[in-house]
Amino acid sequence: MTTRREFLVLACGAASITAATAVKAQIDPNQQALRKAAMQEALRKVVGDVPVRRGRVKLELPPLVDNGNAVPLAVRVESPMTSADYVKAIHVFTEKNPLPGVVSVYLGPRAGRAGIATRIRIADSQTVTAIAQLSDGSFWSDSAEVVVTLSACLEEGLI
Amino acid sequence: MARAVVSLPAQAKRGEIIEIKTMAAHAMETGFRRTQLGELIPRDIIRRFVCAYNGAEIFRVDLHPAVAANPLIAFTTVATESGTIAFQWVGDNGYAVTETTSIRVE
Repeated sequence: MTTRREFLVLACGAASITAATAVKAQIDPNQQALRKAAMQEALRKVVGDVPVRRGRVKLELPPLVDNGNAVPLAVRVESPMTSADYVKAIHVFTEKNPLPGVVSVYLGPRAGRAGIATRIRIADSQTVTAIAQLSDGSFWSDSAEVVVTLSACLEEGLI
Repeated sequence: MARAVVSLPAQAKRGEIIEIKTMAAHAMETGFRRTQLGELIPRDIIRRFVCAYNGAEIFRVDLHPAVAANPLIAFTTVATESGTIAFQWVGDNGYAVTETTSIRVE
């Protein structure tokens, strides 16, 4: 026969195991798939049917991040930045943030160098992609893997 | 409190590429966070940043909730002529800040 004490021990054990697994799976797979689809959709909106090639873009992100609330990000694009050949726009996307878009930068030959530096939020360990649109209409991209210990967006407000 | 800081050289040689760093004081509330009572905190972000050199737009950024609080934006431009460089941040709930600096080009 199960005593009250045994029952409590078992119940608490079971509860803690479910809690542990809940913490581990920060974003459930269903939502993950949805967010991936949202990123593809956002990408298609920017790029259309033009193929995106790898290269020319350099995305600088720390590979391991303690705090996902402010992650330094820098994008540099190889371009002469003359009025005939320049970078029109730079877009940054994430695959697991609640919204795929991070920043869209519009620049021109007057920038001198094609690049931007900012700080972003990262919700989970994931791949971040930067896409540059050149004046000739071609798209170039670079991706970086980031591992986050403390995620942004998941913590509760203090109000 | 709407405040912004801009850092760029006061003078430059003609044709020189100068670096501009800007930062606006803003919480960039994502709209995905909840209070401890489970209520969604409404979104309140800066949506757009524009930089104009002597009235001509040279740089524009669309920001999304994934940009960290107190958004820092660093970029470059070519010093073409003396004049003013204006920076403008526009956001939710009527947030609008303008900052103007002058530059001397030799």
